Amino acid sequence: MNIFPVSASTFSGDIDGLFWLVTTLVGFWFILSELLLFYLIFRFRRKKGVKAQYIAGESRKEMAWIFVPLFFVILCDISIDLRTHSVWQKIKETLPQATEKVRVIGQQWTWVFVHPGPDGVLDTSDDIETVNELHVKVNTTTHYELQSRDVLHNFSVPVFRLKQDAIPGRAITGWFEATQTGEYDIQCAEMCGIGHGLMGARIFIDTQEQYETWMAQEIQKQQNYVASK
Amino acid sequence: MSPIATTRSATGIPTGRLAVWWVIISEIVIFGGLVTCYLLMRLGNPEWAEYASHTSTPAGALNTLVLLTSSLFVVIAHNAAEHDHDGAKAFKFLWMCIALGGVFLCVKAFEYTTEIHHGFTITKNVFWSFYFIATGLHGLHVIAGMVIMAIISFDVKKGKNFQRVELIGAYWHFVDIVWIFLFPLLYIAK
Amino acid sequence: MSKTDHQVHPSDHGHGHDHEMNFWSKYIFPLDHKMIGLQYLWTGLFMALVGGFFAYVFRMQLAFPGESVPGFGHVSPASYNALITNHGTIMIFWVAMPMLVAAFGNILIPLMIGCDDMVFPRLNRLSYQIFFISTVLLFVGFFVPGGAFGGAWTSYPPLSARAEYNLTPWGASIWLLAVALEIVAFLLGGINFITTTMNSRAPGMKMMDIPIVVWMINIAVVLFMFSVGPLVAGAVMLLFDQTIGTSFFVPSGGGDPVLWQHLFWFFGHPEVYVILLPEMGIVAEIITVFSRKKLFGYKMIVYTTFMVGILSMIVWAHHQFIAGIDPRMASIFSFTTILISIPIAVIFFAYIATLYGGSIEFKVPMLWALGMIAEFLLGGVTGIYLGASALDVYFHDNTFVVAHFHYTLIPVVFFGGFAGITYWYPKMFGKMMSETLGKLHFWGTTIFFNGIFIPLFFLGLAGQHRRIYDYRNFPDLAGMQDLRIFATMCLIGLLISQIPFIINFVRSIKNGEDAGKNPWKANTLEWITASPPPHGNFAEMPTVYRGPYEYSVPGRKEDFWPQNQPS
Repeated sequence: MNIFPVSASTFSGDIDGLFWLVTTLVGFWFILSELLLFYLIFRFRRKKGVKAQYIAGESRKEMAWIFVPLFFVILCDISIDLRTHSVWQKIKETLPQATEKVRVIGQQWTWVFVHPGPDGVLDTSDDIETVNELHVKVNTTTHYELQSRDVLHNFSVPVFRLKQDAIPGRAITGWFEATQTGEYDIQCAEMCGIGHGLMGARIFIDTQEQYETWMAQEIQKQQNYVASK
Repeated sequence: MSPIATTRSATGIPTGRLAVWWVIISEIVIFGGLVTCYLLMRLGNPEWAEYASHTSTPAGALNTLVLLTSSLFVVIAHNAAEHDHDGAKAFKFLWMCIALGGVFLCVKAFEYTTEIHHGFTITKNVFWSFYFIATGLHGLHVIAGMVIMAIISFDVKKGKNFQRVELIGAYWHFVDIVWIFLFPLLYIAK
Repeated sequence: MSKTDHQVHPSDHGHGHDHEMNFWSKYIFPLDHKMIGLQYLWTGLFMALVGGFFAYVFRMQLAFPGESVPGFGHVSPASYNALITNHGTIMIFWVAMPMLVAAFGNILIPLMIGCDDMVFPRLNRLSYQIFFISTVLLFVGFFVPGGAFGGAWTSYPPLSARAEYNLTPWGASIWLLAVALEIVAFLLGGINFITTTMNSRAPGMKMMDIPIVVWMINIAVVLFMFSVGPLVAGAVMLLFDQTIGTSFFVPSGGGDPVLWQHLFWFFGHPEVYVILLPEMGIVAEIITVFSRKKLFGYKMIVYTTFMVGILSMIVWAHHQFIAGIDPRMASIFSFTTILISIPIAVIFFAYIATLYGGSIEFKVPMLWALGMIAEFLLGGVTGIYLGASALDVYFHDNTFVVAHFHYTLIPVVFFGGFAGITYWYPKMFGKMMSETLGKLHFWGTTIFFNGIFIPLFFLGLAGQHRRIYDYRNFPDLAGMQDLRIFATMCLIGLLISQIPFIINFVRSIKNGEDAGKNPWKANTLEWITASPPPHGNFAEMPTVYRGPYEYSVPGRKEDFWPQNQPS
């Protein structure tokens, strides 16, 4: 079923898989409980001459009605928890080696992206700074360094299933690896003031050639700008 | 006319005592929250030890002594009211306690003036913000305790509501204990 | 206490007593717990209309962005944020708390445990007065320079801490002050609930004879007290940050914004259970009465409720999985969060088991109670998705979350609230409500409620975030406008569905059938006295002989057995 947006990172499939695992386990119990509830409501509706039974629910046999299903609920809980833990570890607790790095800065109410220029190192004179436009290479592990200039923001890329708060005064590093090219939304996912709803950006997942073309254009723009001054 | 509900005691504990303990526990949670925040931030900021060295430990120690003595007076007042039903004696010791509360506030006011004079205001840095908020909040509790104690003392003098001495005593001890936590945290730990 | 009390009070507290009181002392400054409860109820219902209107305005903006909303006008980003912020604040603090905890707590506790009033009636009155002031203050926030606060009901700093970030210099502080006062009001009210229940029970009523709703309200109050303290301290700190420029939560001044999140959610998560528990109690009372069954596993439910309370205090960080806390913490909190599904599942299984072998009658209160169970199940199971830390990476601040917590809170607050109101209405006003209007109200609300939030689950799955002023800014989301319009239309339907209730509520006070003492043939003590009960509640103070749920006891002619009836 295609209820999710495009899956475009190496871990988005894990998250979608976890979703379907939870849906299966939890959905089973949900439907079972609802069916049981409606069956009981229908079966024991008031009929003339039928008196209700007297059941205290305190004997061991009666308690089993609760605790036997509960045991299976706990089993489901544990399996969800284990799977969650392994996916979480992959996304947030480990930081694989990366060849690319990009700095993401949130501010009221735009995103600023600092790409390392041709030298591949941040904080050098050839850095390319863009507003509301992030360029990354496909099939490349990329580290992002997330900062904020004023209040809390949240860097959210739905197609990556990626989300991280940006906190002023801290630099938080995370990672992603895009698996397919295209142009998608970046949203701010933490209330950041009046312009919060307008704080969108676009991510461009480029092939190596596209990325190089774009970078050449940016460098050209920079040079034109310097020349015009 | 008070309702029948007020006169019942299914647990065997007087309702007034239950209520005061309830108030004290909620206050403990509030001060506990504040102190926990302070501790968390203090652990993350070693440089606060240097800021803390500007608080006056002798003044704090004096105030600790003052509050402990006042707690003793409340205990004596409670004994007088509860066991001897001696309203006059309870009244005397309650007022000695109130007087010590006054001394505490005077010392505190002196400290505040000196500190602010030296530029350590509430907005100086987060340590001083904590210092003024925690001691200020505690000071308000001292004032509230003194006012309630004064009201109760006049009743007691007339021989009424002896059980209330215990209640204000419990509250006063609580205020005292809060200070016992604040003193080492804000003054001594350097 | 003494025997003379029992004999003196009936004559003293009968109708003669009521006549002595004028309008002011009876309705405006009452000491009677029932009247204070009704004040809370009316304020809560009024605020529900305000909160509903806010929802209407901002949902209209989402469905038809940029167009003028009938009854409000053009919605600016600033007013959009103020509306969502105050919608959340009002629905939690000014609807759920006063309606479920304060109103039902005040009305029910003394009646159900068989005493004449709360132990501290003046404190009780003070509690409502502070609550009322906080309500006024909240509205004042809308009319100050800069407008009302718009930093979400969670009010995360530094946004909430500095006027240059939130641009509501007055609104933010007034909002915070209003919330703090509201908390103080409920802390004061809580003293009465707990001391009354502990000490003023009718002779013979043992701990395990207390109706489950009274248990649950008390556990909720204890939970509230333990969890809210740190937030009170935090609120003072935030207020200083806003007004005199300290930097507790502002990183540029050396503070820590994440600290506020811990304080807020340490309260914020137990708060869900503070609201949930009283309502679970209400549902328990109703399903036993209308299925003529003993509550399944009464003691187990009481113990489980304690466990819910304790567990709920160690799950808070699941709101902060991606907020920059240590990622290793997340796995711990993920575990505790999923753990809490177990006691809740026990309680719900017990409720479903109670229906087994019953003789179920579909009166309006029962419809609401059953509807609550059916709908809350969906809210409960969707919580598992969000408790799983890795999934929360995708769902955080997403409309999936919005749909999830509305599926818990609406069944709790409104289904549970309406169940309680329709069930105890005869006791409150001495009249019956119309069944036809009640059923119309129930089905309208249920259908439209699902119509609003099921689309939000799917919008959330598609990656739509909450608190967004205009989705046209996000090209990937622009295509789903039809779903948004559908949800908004359902919201309008939901609001219209409340009209039968309002008519029913107001008209029945005068025109309803007389209810008599015990229209539902229930066991608990509030049904043995006149409807509405006089000041002082009981003509003769009751003595209790048995637990509250002895329905359909074999060998008895009647299928109910009031708690005060000697065997």
